[in-house]
Amino acid sequence: MTDTRTSGLSNVETTVLGADEIILNMGPQHPSTHGVLRVKLKLDGERVVDSECIIGYLHRGVEKIAEHRSYQQFAPYVDRMDYVAAVSNGLGYCEAVEKLLGAEAPPRARVVRTILTELQRIASHLLWLGTHALDIGALTPVFYCFREREEILKIFEKYCGARLTTHAFRIGGLQYETYDGFESDVKRFCEDFTHRIDEYETLLTENRIWVGRTKGVGILSAADAIALGVTGPVLRASGVKWDLRKAMPYAAYADYQFDIPTRPTGDTYDRYIVRMEEMRQSQRICLQAIENIPAGAIMAKVGKVLKPPPGEVYHSIEAPKGELGYYIVSDGTTQAYRVRVRPPSFINLQAFDRMARGSLVADVVAIIGTIDIVLGEVDR
Amino acid sequence: MAPVPLDNEFVERLKVKFGNAIREATLDRKQAIVNVEAMRLREISRYCRDEEKFDMLVDLTAVDWPNREKRFDVIVILYSFQKNERVRLKTHLGDGELVPSLCEVWPAANWLERECFDMFGIVFEGHPNLKRILLPEEWEGHPLRKDYDILKQDTAWVRENLGIESGQ
Amino acid sequence: MGHLIPPSILPYVLPVVYGVVIVAVLPLMAGYIVLLERKVMADMQARLGPMRVGPHGLLQPIADAVKLLLKEDIIPEKADKLMFWVAPLVSVTMALLAYSAMPFGPAFQIADLNVGLLFILAVSSLGIYGIVLGGWASNSHYSLLGALRSAAQLVSYETAAGLGLVSALLLAGSLSLKDIVQAQYDQGEWFVFSVPIGFFIYLVGSIAETNRAPFDLPEAESELVAGYMTEYSGFRWSLYFLAEYANMIIVAGIATTLFLGGWLRPFPRFADHLPGTSVEIMDAIPGLVFLGVAAYCFWLAPKQPVKIQKIVMATVGGLCLALAGAMAAALFAPEGVRQGVYGGFWFLVKVMAYLYAFLWIRFTFPRYRFDQLMRLGWRFLIPLALVNLIAVATARVASEEWGWYPRITMILATIFTLAVALWLASRDQKHEPATETAGGD
Repeated sequence: MTDTRTSGLSNVETTVLGADEIILNMGPQHPSTHGVLRVKLKLDGERVVDSECIIGYLHRGVEKIAEHRSYQQFAPYVDRMDYVAAVSNGLGYCEAVEKLLGAEAPPRARVVRTILTELQRIASHLLWLGTHALDIGALTPVFYCFREREEILKIFEKYCGARLTTHAFRIGGLQYETYDGFESDVKRFCEDFTHRIDEYETLLTENRIWVGRTKGVGILSAADAIALGVTGPVLRASGVKWDLRKAMPYAAYADYQFDIPTRPTGDTYDRYIVRMEEMRQSQRICLQAIENIPAGAIMAKVGKVLKPPPGEVYHSIEAPKGELGYYIVSDGTTQAYRVRVRPPSFINLQAFDRMARGSLVADVVAIIGTIDIVLGEVDR
Repeated sequence: MAPVPLDNEFVERLKVKFGNAIREATLDRKQAIVNVEAMRLREISRYCRDEEKFDMLVDLTAVDWPNREKRFDVIVILYSFQKNERVRLKTHLGDGELVPSLCEVWPAANWLERECFDMFGIVFEGHPNLKRILLPEEWEGHPLRKDYDILKQDTAWVRENLGIESGQ
Repeated sequence: MGHLIPPSILPYVLPVVYGVVIVAVLPLMAGYIVLLERKVMADMQARLGPMRVGPHGLLQPIADAVKLLLKEDIIPEKADKLMFWVAPLVSVTMALLAYSAMPFGPAFQIADLNVGLLFILAVSSLGIYGIVLGGWASNSHYSLLGALRSAAQLVSYETAAGLGLVSALLLAGSLSLKDIVQAQYDQGEWFVFSVPIGFFIYLVGSIAETNRAPFDLPEAESELVAGYMTEYSGFRWSLYFLAEYANMIIVAGIATTLFLGGWLRPFPRFADHLPGTSVEIMDAIPGLVFLGVAAYCFWLAPKQPVKIQKIVMATVGGLCLALAGAMAAALFAPEGVRQGVYGGFWFLVKVMAYLYAFLWIRFTFPRYRFDQLMRLGWRFLIPLALVNLIAVATARVASEEWGWYPRITMILATIFTLAVALWLASRDQKHEPATETAGGD
């Protein structure tokens, strides 16, 4: 077995340090790395010369577990990967299995799925905003963001009983009907949300210190982003106008009007603007969807025991973090033969090295925050 | 629902360029799968990226079919922004065989190949830093292989670092 | 009273009493300012803050103090023990020493030095030694770096703040703090209205001097290089903490004395009396303020959900009523006592307002990165302070020598300095170096 190791940070004992270089370890426990992420930085004074991300602290073997569960039994596991945006994970998985079965969820289910997924996108971005601002030193936005997120989680709780790991969808549609007052709750939240998001913008967007800390930090060019397989808001902030909801529409997205925000530079400030704008667009989709939820069945006829015909499928959705894909191989039995999750956070985190080189140590925390990773998804 | 053979212009061009290296092309659930020869994976990928404009590597993974002679399937999923299409390249690989690394073609392949190595033990030739990514470096065994079960998790690393005594 | 005390020590009695009062009260006051900070922070963050320990968390500082005193005293193994022990002492001593020249009222001052301001500034600067020694004594690479960064920041912004102060001194004509307040009385208005830019410079400089956000990178929790306080725990850490808050109060005191009129009330020369009495209208304000607060408390009391909270609210209301009574009684007290009481009231109000501004700024803005911080200090604040100084000096010369109307000259000076400030600020943004772009692959 050939061992092609380079003398990078990969092998600390043989790393050659220049006269002024030190290796700084941001250990797995640190107030700023969101989850258990370890980053080794090689510093020349204040500048980062090289970096290495060490992951795997939260590896739980989800893909192995999938091979020993039936398709329905595996659905709750999926929530626990990107635990901040569980509803999206569930949507991707359910749609992938539906594609494998050749089934399709009825229109009512598709619209309700869209509404819940967009609310989840807002919730995920709110959490990102709060923690990112906290890392950069703004102590207050995190509380406001969590207050808004609380409203969304209350809606989820009323709908399916859980706030965080919701298991909201089923293969073939939905299990629960929308509760009485669902439309009015969502509508009230969306209407309130406009001026809340204006509040956050007032606090941060034009703030000289915020701009100073985020502009020009962690620049990722469009070519680099595509070559590194980066997707989601990070890609859009680098100038590539691409969103799976428009490119390959799923659920009910084809029926609604919304814009795809992009920004030219690909620095931290741009990623911030893109995510803020995405929240507004999500709210727009929700308002359109809530106007007209079609009546009808919420579950397609897929039977209790799922035995998809042998074959394979790859289906992906635009999760809040990027392109979340499921590659499922079926061998005709009730248990999947292989479930591969294409984790957007894992692939986006690879771009960290490219973004962090040449920046200052104080910016490393901002760069980790701006990629918006969830270690549950990175490690699975 | 069963996979049907695929014969469109894209496959034609591939066959013209690479001849026998293109083993089979099918369409499963309306998704294109092209089965290629392992050793030429890098060339074919580069061709797909440059000529066919499949500029993004979406995913790189593997599947284990232990009953087959060449037990591993290495799957490369590509996406073209221009054409808004995906294609799946698949190669069959035996245990211990090498497959060329795609890191030069897409830097995104770096961690994806490390994960394949970690989970399956597939060695990518030419990878700059092929070591385990999700599991600790001293771990023995490759978990996503079908013959890996819970008893195999009783490794030296677990005994030393987690203090869990072997039950065997 | 006088005949009980031998004449030789009579002049020392009051200063010693004041000194003891300050040293005894100050740690308690600093503790309650911490509680106030937590409550204000909570209010701005849509939550409640400490509520458990005592009604509305009022006993929280006591609980924190007890906890810190009982904590294990950990000293890093290879630390320099003597310096480790001395460093927080230096910080605290210097912070407390500065109070000796601070006038809390027309009569409440330990020592009216004729170079009072200079003394306070000098002593505050000595406090930096405490930080550097602490960082060095910890024998930790990162503590030392944090301490040096902190020291660099303090020194830079002290320069700017000092220059801002000088612009007010030009109007006062003396370094004695009592004389400065007197000058504000003589000129009939607080210096903040004459030299607003000077006040702004001092505000920014003082925030940076006390290591407060947005300039608190050296002690931020989410930064990689932990600050000089890392290796300190328990009582030693609380000494550093006390020094920081004592410094905040000093800085607020200086700002109040120099810019906000010290113990003077607003419109200090407006001496109109209430018809038929010898009571000046403006002097009735403190009493009315407390009366208003008491009325508010009594109005809120029945609305509290829990009985104990009703009682607490009513008690606070009663306290305010008592204070209102005291203020009213002071109206009829001899001149010295009345001045003392009202002077103390106004001084306290202004210091609290300044500190509230500190807290407000802390929770609103993100943190500056260290290089941005230094750039701001040296490329914006100091040039602006110099320009301000020259403008104010020119304005004074114009009004004194050439007989121009003083207010016009000051306004012109302010406008000129403002234009320079805007120009400097815009220039700063263009010069911000982008991070080195990652080259190639």
